[in-house]
Amino acid sequence: MAASFDLNNDGVVVIIGSGAGGGTLGNELAQKGVDVVILEAGARHEYEDFINDEWGSFAQLAWTDKRTTSGDWRVAKDFPNLPAWIVKSVGGSTTHWAGASLRFQEHEFKTLSTYGKLEGANLLDWPITLAEMEPYYAKAEAKMGVTGTNDWPRLPGNNNFKVLKAGADKLGYKECHTGNMAINSVERDDRMSCQQTGFCFQGCKWGAKWSTLYTEIPKGEATGHLEVRPNAMAIKINHDASGKVTGVVYADKDGKLQEQKARIVAVAGNSIESPRLLLNSASGKFPDGLANSSGQVGKNYMRHTTGSVYAIFDKPVHMYRGTTMAGIIRDEARHDPSRGFVGGYEFETLSLGLPFMAAFLDPGAWGRSFTTALDHYDHMAGLWIVGEDMPRAENRITLHADEKDAHGMPIADVHFDDHPNDTAMRNHAYKQATALYAAVGATRTFPTPPYPSTHNLGTNRMSEKAADGVVNKHGQAHDIKNLFVSDGSQFTTGAAENPTLTIVSLAIRQADYIAAQMSAKTI
Amino acid sequence: MVTIYDAKPGLSRRELLKRGGIGALLVISGSAVISPEHAWGLETSALKPETMATLIQMARDIYPHDQVPDKYYAIAVKGHDEQAGKDAAYKATIEDGIADLDKKSGDGGYRGLGWEDQRVGVLKQIEATPFFQAIRGGLVVSLYNQKEVWPIFGYEGESYSKGGYIARGFNDIEWL
Ligand SMILES: Cc1cc2nc3c(=O)[nH]c(=O)nc-3n(C[C@H](O)[C@H](O)[C@H](O)COP(=O)(O)OP(=O)(O)OC[C@H]3O[C@@H](n4cnc5c(N)ncnc54)[C@H](O)[C@@H]3O)c2cc1C
Ligand code: SF4
Repeated sequence: MAASFDLNNDGVVVIIGSGAGGGTLGNELAQKGVDVVILEAGARHEYEDFINDEWGSFAQLAWTDKRTTSGDWRVAKDFPNLPAWIVKSVGGSTTHWAGASLRFQEHEFKTLSTYGKLEGANLLDWPITLAEMEPYYAKAEAKMGVTGTNDWPRLPGNNNFKVLKAGADKLGYKECHTGNMAINSVERDDRMSCQQTGFCFQGCKWGAKWSTLYTEIPKGEATGHLEVRPNAMAIKINHDASGKVTGVVYADKDGKLQEQKARIVAVAGNSIESPRLLLNSASGKFPDGLANSSGQVGKNYMRHTTGSVYAIFDKPVHMYRGTTMAGIIRDEARHDPSRGFVGGYEFETLSLGLPFMAAFLDPGAWGRSFTTALDHYDHMAGLWIVGEDMPRAENRITLHADEKDAHGMPIADVHFDDHPNDTAMRNHAYKQATALYAAVGATRTFPTPPYPSTHNLGTNRMSEKAADGVVNKHGQAHDIKNLFVSDGSQFTTGAAENPTLTIVSLAIRQADYIAAQMSAKTI
Repeated sequence: MVTIYDAKPGLSRRELLKRGGIGALLVISGSAVISPEHAWGLETSALKPETMATLIQMARDIYPHDQVPDKYYAIAVKGHDEQAGKDAAYKATIEDGIADLDKKSGDGGYRGLGWEDQRVGVLKQIEATPFFQAIRGGLVVSLYNQKEVWPIFGYEGESYSKGGYIARGFNDIEWL
């Protein structure tokens, strides 16, 4: 039975956010007998409630509270109030996510040592190595049912994958398959296997795709140690005179302010909301916000060097049928500066339905050049570029000077400028992908600009030294012992791979650490 | 409220003929825009019906799909009439925007320009205006989010109720 804790219970761990980081940490702690309250700003929708409709699902699940943008990225012009496409709902963005689950490469934990100093980039080595992460990656893969690991078969390739594979073969790429996906290829964990419905981004109505909503959270609740409180928007973290955090002020479902007392607070609101909350918790003792003696809270915002390439063929493809992202080419993920940039990128299959294709193919475009592309929607194939982008101090989340949300909390501004390395990488990927589709007979290709960010990273970076970052190798704030960061905002650098497997692995590792520290009574 | 109905409102085919309606794309009658060829009509309540007819033409010129009937463009822009009914400033933006469009188009107005290229040339002049942006921005959702137009583009929409594509062609590509 799900637990229910008193607001004055100061023995609980309070986690903010129920997505990849928060949902996993909550379950892991509950399994160890630690009492946990998860505060989740969104409502709870179970998977039967999901909608096979792009805009309908967006309205149901997406985070649409106003944000502002600045910087030279095109998103700031086309979607000035939608810098990120992420979720406000129990389960967080693991409801929307596509399931691609890749381990980082060894050098990606050591970018400063490997790439060297790069002008305009705030590169830094992670305080952990791949070897230290490996056992946790293995646990995460087992938990999430990642295909291609633990003897689980890979998913069958859909039409979009087959086009990708044909092009990869023609170009001589060697590592191309249907990916490592946290999607059941066989029935397991009391959940069905993938039915190829093609609405992975809208929430999997079969429950085949891993989401904390119907895996971690109910498992945690079953222990009697976890309470998930939906419609609870955290606004401020309180602390005592010694600087230890003591509770979280949140707006409840009626908009009334409450305070949940806490022994430990873990922030997992994704990389825009987590720094926003820390900054908004500024006090006399911590005038620049909590955990911010380094000044790094909100900085180094990363979103991956993304972009898409769609191509039209003279014969039908029907790319939207089947698993959205089960297709990958990994050959370009290596670090090979001879290509004109450091770091690497992945190609992954991607498809949008007609409504989103119209909105995102070339935002703002109109007239026949644009509409003739959509006329051949069923003859289109598509892929997504996901590559390592450079952390930059000026790419950052700040509190808006005068605009506030419904609870009186300053809204977030997201500033982003591409680093020249990002641009060089994206252009390389556009060229390769265009060649790939041309090799299969594409009659027209579309280098499509990045969408509002689905991967949001780095704004509470992990560092060896307190002066360089916000949290240590366990996600524990350098400045405040009983304050943790448990989402992708911990990332020191972004790597070429989709982030969630690493977020989940870090959360499992962090749960071990928190439980050990609690037993040792150090926090 | 704007209603779209499939039968002509009150006008017989003979009357339409008398008004020289048949053959024209859209006919204005009272407060309605009527498509005599395709037997549907759209009644306006806040905007002038002429304005609505021009909006429909403008919508087609912004996102031209020759295989998509006017009816869907009409549905896509009818929200502007509803909005204009609630908001006088909005109504003025639309009416003034269309009046400006007509003025820039010469004697016959915007709908009087025979070639799409001519009309697009006028649209290019106003591309940066809030009026144009409001029309285009709304249209990209209201046109392409109509389930009825999806089959025209070969998009099949919802698939859960049909059991997904696992047995319905997720990997049926044959030409590779
Ligand atoms: C369309 C899409 C496709 C994706 N595909 C992939 C993929 O294939 N592979 C991959 O690795 N990643 C993918 N991602 C990214 C992945 O979803 C995220 O990396 C991951 O979910 C981030 O985890 P998180 O814990 O940081 O945040 P989230 O999962 O976003 O969870 C944060 C939660 O915190 C809540 N919250 C925020 N602020 C507050 C507050 N103040 N009070 C209370 N609650 C709050 C939010 O409502 C949200 O529920 C995709 C994302 C999207 C949107
Ligand atoms: S394609 Fe598979 S994983 Fe994606 S929504 Fe459908 S059943 Fe779920």
